[in-house]
Amino acid sequence: MRAALPPGRRLRNALARLLLWLSAAAACALLLLIAGYIFFRGAPGVSLELLTGRDSVLEGTVGILPSILNTLYVIAASLAIVAPVGVGAAIYLTEYAKNRRLAGAIEFAAETLAGIPSILYAMMGTMVFCTALGLQRTLLAGSLTLAVMTLPTVIRTTQESLKAVPRSYREGALGLGAGQWRAIRTVVLPASLDGIVTGCILAVGRVVGESAVLMYTAGLSTAMQDFSNIQGLMRASGATLTVALYVYAKERSDFAAAFSVATVLLVLTALLNLTAFLIGRRAPRREGGGHG
Amino acid sequence: MRRFFAVLLAAGLAVLPGCGGTGRTVSIEGSTAMVLVAEALREGFAEREPGVAVNCSGTGSGAGIEAAVSGRCDIGLSSRALRDAELARGAQVHLIALDGVAVIVHPSNPVAGLAGTELTRLFTGEVSNWSELGGLDAPVAAYGREAGSGTRDAFEAAIGAAGRCIYTNEYSSTGDVVGNVAANPNAVGYASLAAISGSVAALEIDGVTCTTASVRDGSYRISRPFLLVTRAGAPLSPEAQAFLDYARSAGAAAVIGKAGAVPIRSFE
Amino acid sequence: MARRPGEYAMKTLFLICGLTAVAFVLLITGYLVLSGLPAIREIGLADFLLGDTWDAANPEAPRFGILPLLLTSVYGAAGATAIGVPLGFLTALFLAKAAPPWLARLVRPAVGVLAGIPSVVYGLVGMCVLLPLLRERLGLPAGDSLLAAILMLAVLILPTVISVSETALEAVPREIEEASLALGATPVETYFRVTAPAAGSGVAAAVALGVGRAIGEAMAILMVAGNVANMPALLGSVRFLTTGIAMELAYAPAGSLQQQALLSIGLVLFLFVLLVNVLLSLALKRGREGD
Repeated sequence: MRAALPPGRRLRNALARLLLWLSAAAACALLLLIAGYIFFRGAPGVSLELLTGRDSVLEGTVGILPSILNTLYVIAASLAIVAPVGVGAAIYLTEYAKNRRLAGAIEFAAETLAGIPSILYAMMGTMVFCTALGLQRTLLAGSLTLAVMTLPTVIRTTQESLKAVPRSYREGALGLGAGQWRAIRTVVLPASLDGIVTGCILAVGRVVGESAVLMYTAGLSTAMQDFSNIQGLMRASGATLTVALYVYAKERSDFAAAFSVATVLLVLTALLNLTAFLIGRRAPRREGGGHG
Repeated sequence: MRRFFAVLLAAGLAVLPGCGGTGRTVSIEGSTAMVLVAEALREGFAEREPGVAVNCSGTGSGAGIEAAVSGRCDIGLSSRALRDAELARGAQVHLIALDGVAVIVHPSNPVAGLAGTELTRLFTGEVSNWSELGGLDAPVAAYGREAGSGTRDAFEAAIGAAGRCIYTNEYSSTGDVVGNVAANPNAVGYASLAAISGSVAALEIDGVTCTTASVRDGSYRISRPFLLVTRAGAPLSPEAQAFLDYARSAGAAAVIGKAGAVPIRSFE
Repeated sequence: MARRPGEYAMKTLFLICGLTAVAFVLLITGYLVLSGLPAIREIGLADFLLGDTWDAANPEAPRFGILPLLLTSVYGAAGATAIGVPLGFLTALFLAKAAPPWLARLVRPAVGVLAGIPSVVYGLVGMCVLLPLLRERLGLPAGDSLLAAILMLAVLILPTVISVSETALEAVPREIEEASLALGATPVETYFRVTAPAAGSGVAAAVALGVGRAIGEAMAILMVAGNVANMPALLGSVRFLTTGIAMELAYAPAGSLQQQALLSIGLVLFLFVLLVNVLLSLALKRGREGD
């Protein structure tokens, strides 16, 4: 049958197939070249001294330990805020909401938040958290802004995994006389834990990758912060890894350091993706788009 | 309106204890040209007051003045004299050093010096090819800083072209200009003497090279002050006051000099 | 349901969590509208949207025309979409249908990783590779240009377009493809004439997401666009709506017309993104009904 194709049609078929291969090859080559270039320029500079040292003008050293710690702080603080609120909102939407209009409003709000460009979050964070609330440019102000920004990610992923828990689980628990909250706590949440963790990892990914928001709300300092007491935690201010990359590349024109930070970020992103992938494979759900 | 939102948010975030409390932290923000000096001062200060964290963010002079006046930081950094409007809003200045603004090109550029008038023509768009200035046949890429930058204000004023400069590209920090000039053989830009490295070449202007000595004796004419800015009438936290006192002390002069600026104390 | 006081408390608590999202949308919208409108009124809507000079920091005679910024954002997003979407879609079609399974299994996670790489990292590579390349190849004074920004944005949206399109292509029911094959179409003809049209709404979503991301991106293009508020030219230095905010956000004195004008730019940007979002949800809804 294949042999019976007229030559014109066979040519078009071959061309179309070629187009597919070429596009895919171009896209993959482009993306791999970028990753490869970052490793090529950055990996030689990644050393123990870089990872555990600090910047010093007087001694001429470069070290990104403060930026790593700042990144961990921002991840922990924003997750501490966004995880309970996001999961709570998703529980309301899937388990409680009877009022379609209210649920629709919440879902629309989450979609809108997801679409707002980060520079607008930066603007809002600067004016609301840093100035109006008097937090100044601090990691705390940055974390709060990022918590708002990642809220839709956590809500959406949690909602998906809650929906994947079979109705019969809930009915069983309720039938045994459990209240609705008890049913959620003992049956529904444990069954959807994988999805919730995936949502949190996605949120962490956005936090790690964000730069605009943190530049304006959390500061650009690469000095070591004091995290040992509550005052220090409140007032700590500085660059996370992405912001440090920007500072090295743009403000100090130290491209060697910038590419090393880029390599660290690349590895970190790959690890986060791998973790989400492994957890996602364990979870039963396989529906809905993974955009964002 | 802002007050209303503040109350709304404050209610929602009541878990946060004592917003804006005075921790043992000094936050500093402003001129990107001064960040090296500020970082050096931070390190010097840390030896005296180990318990205090000092955070410097390089955002730009205008931003630093604004942040100091609005309370977004403790001390602002400005690398230009303040405007009347800024002083009227309660900004108070403390001079700590002088700095030269060097005119920089790619090391491969054969042009080694310019007359002041040539420099003005170069940055107001009247010269579009390096051959007009005795260089190679190559287009000119004039790199400048963004509006609001202290370096830009000081430079444009010094070459008599305030507000008239035409830039190919605008960059938002001192290091960014240096990095981009180092990457482009066609480029000319300007940057703080403190930030110049071996990757770019500084031009002689009217026969004078930009050095610490020529800035100090005034023979190199494109220079400007390095200022610390505070809010008049509002007492600083003890930590911020201690930092300010340190920055103006004779002991800090060597540290400022090490960061490439010309400390004011060295005149005395 | 709320038989016990504890139950009622938990339900209320979760409701409050849900309402937080609504509160923040209202807060941001309200803030942008209330703080952005006065400046537009003071500048004049026509002068604001159609003025061709943006010189907001000028102490004597500031000008607040955002037309150069607006056009740059539109051109930038359109250009990035024109390059990134076809390339991304064809790659997705390849991965979903034409690729050997082992190859698709290898490429798919790589695309996921690339989607997660921070945009400043792409910006850094653009600065160090793309700019010198454009300068030398095209004989420009400097490589920073609208073209550089478009290429940057096209690369940035590529992973998103690939993964969203692929999801849509895989959701196409096998039966209609098999019907097409049984009627004598070749596999390649089936991909292009049957599978791709059937996944149309999902692809529309991919386009909308790509456009949204391209319009909203700030840091990566701040590093390659040159940032002078010229009227857009393909090889000239340009400033986007987002980079316009980024360049001046820290400078603008609190309560000044400049700060309000930045909020007005934010409002324009917000409306833009909202429009794209509405189109996205329409496309998704049509897709759901079509299934």
